[in-house]
Amino acid sequence: MRIGTAKFTYKHDEALFDSRTQYAWLLVLACSLVAFPFIANEYWLYLACLVMINIVSATGLNILTGYTGLVSLGQAAFMGIGAYAVAYMDNHFGTPVIFNLLIAGGITMLGGVVVGIPSLRVKGLYLAIATIAASMILHFIFANWGSVTGGTAGLTVAPPVLFGFSLDTSFLFYWMVVPVMVMMLLGAANLFRTRIGRAFIAIRDRDISAEVLGIPLLRYKLLSFGLSSFYAGVAGGLWAYFFRIVTPESFPLSMSIFFLTAIIVGGMGSTLGSILGAVFVTMIPEVLKLIVGWLPVSVDATLILSPVRTIVFGLLIIGFLIVEPLGLQEIWRRIRRFFHLWPFKS
Amino acid sequence: MDFDWLFFAEISLAGLGTGGLYALTALAFVIIFKSTGVVNLAIGEMLMVGAYLVYGLATGFGLPIWLAIVVGVLGSGLAGGVIERLAIRPMVGESPISTFMITVGLASVLVGAVELIWTADQRRMPPIMPDEAIFIGEAFVSSKVFYGFFVTLILISLGLLVFRFWRGGVALRATAFDQGAAYSMGINVPRVFSLSWVIGAMIAAVAGVIVGAIGGISPAMGIFGLSVLVVVIAGGLDSVLGALVAGMAIGLIESWASGFLGGEYKVVVTFLILIIVLMIRPYGLFGTREIERL
Amino acid sequence: MNQAVIEPLLTLGNITLAFGGVKALTDVGFNVVLNTITTVIGPNGAGKTSLFNTISGFYKPQAGEILFEGKNITSTPAPERARLGLARSFQNIALFRGMTVLDNIKLGRHAHLRTNVLDSFFYLGRARREELALRREVEERIIDFLEIDHIRHHPVSALSYGLQKRVEMARALAIRPKILMLDEPVAGMNREETEDMARFILDVRQEWGITVLMVEHDMGMVMDLSDHVVVLNFGQVIADGTPEEVQQNPEVIRAYLGSGDVSDLRQRLRQPVTQ
Repeated sequence: MRIGTAKFTYKHDEALFDSRTQYAWLLVLACSLVAFPFIANEYWLYLACLVMINIVSATGLNILTGYTGLVSLGQAAFMGIGAYAVAYMDNHFGTPVIFNLLIAGGITMLGGVVVGIPSLRVKGLYLAIATIAASMILHFIFANWGSVTGGTAGLTVAPPVLFGFSLDTSFLFYWMVVPVMVMMLLGAANLFRTRIGRAFIAIRDRDISAEVLGIPLLRYKLLSFGLSSFYAGVAGGLWAYFFRIVTPESFPLSMSIFFLTAIIVGGMGSTLGSILGAVFVTMIPEVLKLIVGWLPVSVDATLILSPVRTIVFGLLIIGFLIVEPLGLQEIWRRIRRFFHLWPFKS
Repeated sequence: MDFDWLFFAEISLAGLGTGGLYALTALAFVIIFKSTGVVNLAIGEMLMVGAYLVYGLATGFGLPIWLAIVVGVLGSGLAGGVIERLAIRPMVGESPISTFMITVGLASVLVGAVELIWTADQRRMPPIMPDEAIFIGEAFVSSKVFYGFFVTLILISLGLLVFRFWRGGVALRATAFDQGAAYSMGINVPRVFSLSWVIGAMIAAVAGVIVGAIGGISPAMGIFGLSVLVVVIAGGLDSVLGALVAGMAIGLIESWASGFLGGEYKVVVTFLILIIVLMIRPYGLFGTREIERL
Repeated sequence: MNQAVIEPLLTLGNITLAFGGVKALTDVGFNVVLNTITTVIGPNGAGKTSLFNTISGFYKPQAGEILFEGKNITSTPAPERARLGLARSFQNIALFRGMTVLDNIKLGRHAHLRTNVLDSFFYLGRARREELALRREVEERIIDFLEIDHIRHHPVSALSYGLQKRVEMARALAIRPKILMLDEPVAGMNREETEDMARFILDVRQEWGITVLMVEHDMGMVMDLSDHVVVLNFGQVIADGTPEEVQQNPEVIRAYLGSGDVSDLRQRLRQPVTQ
C-alpha cells in the first residue's frame, strides 16, 4: 500500500520521481545496469546494446508520433542519415565520437525539419504517406550519392575511441551506450514537464485549440520533427559505431515499421512506453528463435524464422491496437496501481 | 540526336499497360475507402494474396487455370471479408490513423504468411494468355500486357458505371463517414462494410493475377501497392475516375522515367510526384475536399 | 456610462463573411467596451459561432475590419491574437483529452513563457524556475478562484460536463487575457452549475478586470449579467443596446418567437428560464 506521499511543495509535486520507494527502485536499477556487463555473456551484451540503441530511436519516434500525433514511417531513413553522417565524419575527419554523434543528430535534425515542412498543409494520413515517400527518396540518395555514401557498397566505420579505449567489443560499447541512452530518456521526460512538451500534446489532441492558445502550429510541428530526428540521428550514429558498416540496405522501410510497432506495443505518448516497447520488440526475434528451435517439427528453422517474425510483428500491431491501444505501459500502470492500493481494491 | 520514336512508343504502351493495372488496383482501394473510410496500405499485399491463391490452386491442387482463377478470386474475396470482420470492424470509431496502422500490420501478416507457405523465391504463374508478341504499327507490346489492359479497362468501366448510376453509390459515402446516420437511414452498415472489402479484395486479386502473369510472383509483390498509393492520392482517395486517370498517368510517367533515366529512378520519380501532389493539391485531382468544422 | 467617450476594447466594422454562396455574416459591426459584459444572442444558425471564429482568426472575412485596442488585427494570424490578449472557449469543449486539468490550464500560459528546447531538455535554470512559478500562479490565482483544486490531477476526460467547462474557463484565464470570449458557457448545465458559472463570470469582470464577450441562449442569464446585448439574425445585427432596450425591440421579438402578442412575449423574455 502506497502511503505517505502527500506533497508539501509545488517543487515536490512537479518532480519526475516522487516517492522514496521509487528512488529505491531506481537505485536498484542503476546497480543492475552497472553489474550487468560483468555477469552477462557476449550474446546478452550484444542484445543489451541493441536494445538500448532501439530505446533511443523509439523514444524519438514517440515524441513525433506518440506525443505530437504526427505518424511517421521514416524513422529508419532518419537513422540512416545519422549512421552515414557518423561514418563519413569518422572516415574523413577522424573527429571524436561524441562530437560525431552530436553532428549526426544535428544533420538528421535538419533532415527532419525539411521532411516536416509539408506538415502544415498535409494532415494525418497524408503526412504518414509523405514520410514513406521521404523514406524512399532518402534510400535512393543513400544508394546513389556515391561520393558521400559509398553507393551500394556503403561505408565502414572504425571502432569508436572513447577516453583512450577502443570500443570494439559489446562489453566496452555498453559503457558508452548507457549514459547516452539515460541522457536521452531524461531529456524526453523533462521535455514533457515543460511548455514545449505540453504544446506537442496539445497539437496532437486538438490543434485548433492549440492555435487559439497561441501555439504556432508549423513552428512546433517542425520542432517535433527536428527533435525526433535528432534522436533518430543519435541512434543511427550509435548503430553505425556498433555494427561498423553502413549500407543503403541497413535501414529499410520495414525497420520503420519495427519502430512503429515498438511504440504501439509499448505505449504511445509515454517515455516508459518507448522503453518497454523497444525491449519487447527487440527481444521478439530472439524469443522466436528459441521457440522455433524447440519445435519438434522437422522444419528448417532458419527458413521459417524470417516470415514468422514478419507475421508476429504484424499481429502485434493489430493485436495491441485492438485490445490494448495504450500499450504495455498501461498494463504496467495497472499492476502498479494494484500494489499501491493493496490490500484495498480501488 | 534523333529521338527514338519507336522506343518511346513501346515504353509508352508498356506504361499504359502498367497504368491500367495501377488503375484497377486503385479501383479496389477506392471502393474500400468510399465505403469504410479506411486507407488500406495493404492493398498491394491483397493483390499478392490473390496471385498466390490462384498459383497455389493451379500448381498445388492441379486445377485448370481458368478454374483456379475463378476460385482464387472468390477465395480472395472471402479473405477480404474475414480481414474486415477481424481486423477492421473492431476499429470503427477509432481514429483513421489507428486504422491505417492496422493495415500496416495487416500487410506484414500477409507478406509473412505468403513467405511462410511458398518461400521467398520468385515463381512463375502457369500460362494464362497466349504469349505471342503483338505489334501496333511497328511497336511491340507483350500480349500479356495487351490483354491485361483490356481486362482492366472493362472492369474499370464497370466500376465507373456502377458508381455513376447506382443510387447506392451515395449511400456508400454515408457509411464511410457517419455510421450512425447511415444506420438511421436504413442502410445495413455491417453488410456494406463486408461487401466493400470482399469486392475490393476480388478486384485486387484480378489485378494480382495479371501482374503475376506478366512479371512473376514473389512476396515482394506488395511494393506495387506503394505506387498505387501515389495513384490514389493523385487521383483522390474516393474517386473512381481519379483512379483511372492518375493510374494511367503514373504508369506512363514511371515507364518514361525508367526508359530514359534508368530503372532505379522509377521509385524516386513516383514519390516525387507524390510530394508534389501533396503540396499543391492534397485532395487529388478529383477527390472530395474535407472541410473541418470548428 | 458614457460610451462615446470611452474607447472600446474591441470594434467590429462591416464584417462580411461568406462560404461560397452562403453568407454567414453580412455587414456586422458593434463595439465591446472595456470592462463590460457583452452578449451576442440570436436564433440557431444566426452566425454567432462564425462571428467568434472570425474574431479568433480562423475565418478571414471578405470585407470589414476588426480593431483590438485600436490596432487592426483583421490579418493577424490566430496564434498571434492570443498573445495580444484574446482568449476564447469553445461551444463543444475543446480541452486536451490526453492531459490532466493542471496541464491543460498551464497550456494557457504557453505564449507568455520563454523556455526553449535546450532549457526543457535539461530542466535546469530557466525551465525549472518558469515551471515552478507557473505552477504557483496557476494554483493560487486560477485553481483557487474557480474552485477546482480537488480535480487538478484528474485527466479531463474523466470529468463531468460542467467541470470541463470550468476547466476550459480556467485555461482561458491562464492566458491573462484582456478579453474573454465565451461560446455558450452554460449550455447543457443545470440550474446550480449555471448559477456558479454566472458568479464566476461576474467575478472575472470584477476581480480580474477582464472584458467578457459571450454567446448565450439562456435568456435569464443574458438579461441579468449583460451590460450590452447584440442580436444577430441570419448573419445581420438586428439590435444593439442594453438588455432593456433589446427586450423592447419588436424585431428581436419577431426573430425569436415569431409574431404574436408583443406585450405577452415581452413578459416571457424577462423571466429567467426555468430549467
